[in-house]
Amino acid sequence: MKNRRDFLKTAATGAVLLGSSAAADKLGLAAILDQHAETANSRVVVARDPALHGQNGQLDEKHVLDLLDRTIAAYTGRDHPVEAWKRIVPMDKVIGLKTNGLGGKGISTHLALVLAISERLQQAGVKPGNILVWDRNARDLEACGLTISTDPGRVRCYGSDVAGFEDQPVAFGSAVNVKLAKILTRECEMVIGLPILKDHEMSGVTFAMKNMYGVVQRPQELHSGGCNPGVADLNCIPVVREKVRFTIGDAMTSVYDGGPGFHPERLWQPNALIVGEDRVALDRTAWQIIERKRAEAGLPTLEAVGRPPRYIATAADQAHKLGFNDPQRIHLMEV
Amino acid sequence: MIFCSKNCPKSWALAAVAVCILAAAATGCKKAQVDAFPASGAVTGWDKTSDTRVFAPKDLYQYIDGGADQYISAGVVSTSTSDYKYQGQLEATVDVYTMGDAAGARKILETGLAKDAKTVQLGDAGVAYAQSVIFRKGPYLVRIVAYESTPGTPQALLALAHGVEAKL
Repeated sequence: MKNRRDFLKTAATGAVLLGSSAAADKLGLAAILDQHAETANSRVVVARDPALHGQNGQLDEKHVLDLLDRTIAAYTGRDHPVEAWKRIVPMDKVIGLKTNGLGGKGISTHLALVLAISERLQQAGVKPGNILVWDRNARDLEACGLTISTDPGRVRCYGSDVAGFEDQPVAFGSAVNVKLAKILTRECEMVIGLPILKDHEMSGVTFAMKNMYGVVQRPQELHSGGCNPGVADLNCIPVVREKVRFTIGDAMTSVYDGGPGFHPERLWQPNALIVGEDRVALDRTAWQIIERKRAEAGLPTLEAVGRPPRYIATAADQAHKLGFNDPQRIHLMEV
Repeated sequence: MIFCSKNCPKSWALAAVAVCILAAAATGCKKAQVDAFPASGAVTGWDKTSDTRVFAPKDLYQYIDGGADQYISAGVVSTSTSDYKYQGQLEATVDVYTMGDAAGARKILETGLAKDAKTVQLGDAGVAYAQSVIFRKGPYLVRIVAYESTPGTPQALLALAHGVEAKL
């Protein structure tokens, strides 16, 4: 049996051949969105496995894959992982996996998660070369334990330092002169966000929406006011809103204070994945998890230290309509 | 007036001093150019495994994203970072923040203290945790983090920290 590393390293071998992309699209993410429209709620799944880290403190790859399967099964209502994935991604299209390696080696999207998703995508019929793992640059990707590869016959992995940014800026609200990553605008049909849950010195929390700061050339220009409304405005730029359609949030290891950098003294292991389509609902859920941990550690709330993640409410307002911030509208499933 | 009306030796000396002061101010002072990173083997068991990267305040976001703001507010002049490995296994990163003055370094150190911080004799003040050591010395704020917690990690980090301190 191939292990998950093989799925990144090898070419198309082992990939399951599927039907037409049009047929797959009909069963894809849109179907889940429609299903949610009936209840007018956003679904967020938080799946945990206390045994995710072995005795040596390292992630157990098998446990990560099992946790991913359980999460996706809960989200889609399908027990078979491959069938579930067919409902999430379009076939014959380039699927981007936007990691977050900014925090460095100790607090970046885990390699085991990227490997597990890549494995399931290929089993669902996505060609290896149509999977593009990406971030700002090689350093960020290497912080996740990834290896740069532009080989179209394999799962590709490179950053905007290779692919570059658009010359023509775009804008929404306060997010002006935004030059987007070409990987997002030109290469990917759909992007799955793979943020890592972190406290953030300025925005309070960084997770699904803040991860998009990694798709612009000069993110520093969006940090004023605690990244509010910068985060919401950036996510409203049409190509960001439309292509980044699903998030598999890495909360296997997190930092509850002093983020977004690696602060081992404030690290903890929620041993969880947080999954959904509604980026606002995801961020609200993530925020609550950070607050619970801060309380447990005897730390004041983010509001009390002057950095509540205000951008979450902004993203849900009438000007943005990116998702639900109202807990009554969030169907939270903890499995 | 600094200069004499004639080119006397005193005027040249004063001019030299003035040029040095201006040059130091323009380049972020001599302290920004200190190489604080011990070479491989200089501290027993530790190898320097990457080139030193240097970030000006305007580029600090590239390195630590939103974490940059607190350093910029505290007057950071320059940030240098390099990776290390202990006995070929334990990976660590050394960050040296050169602040405008000692008060800036103090502010960062004191703001970031967690309650389980253990005081250590390093520089002007220092603390240690299971996987990190942070200290200040004059305008320098040094942060060393390890990516693994082993029984030997605290001692190894302290040894590396002393090696850095000796170069400041």
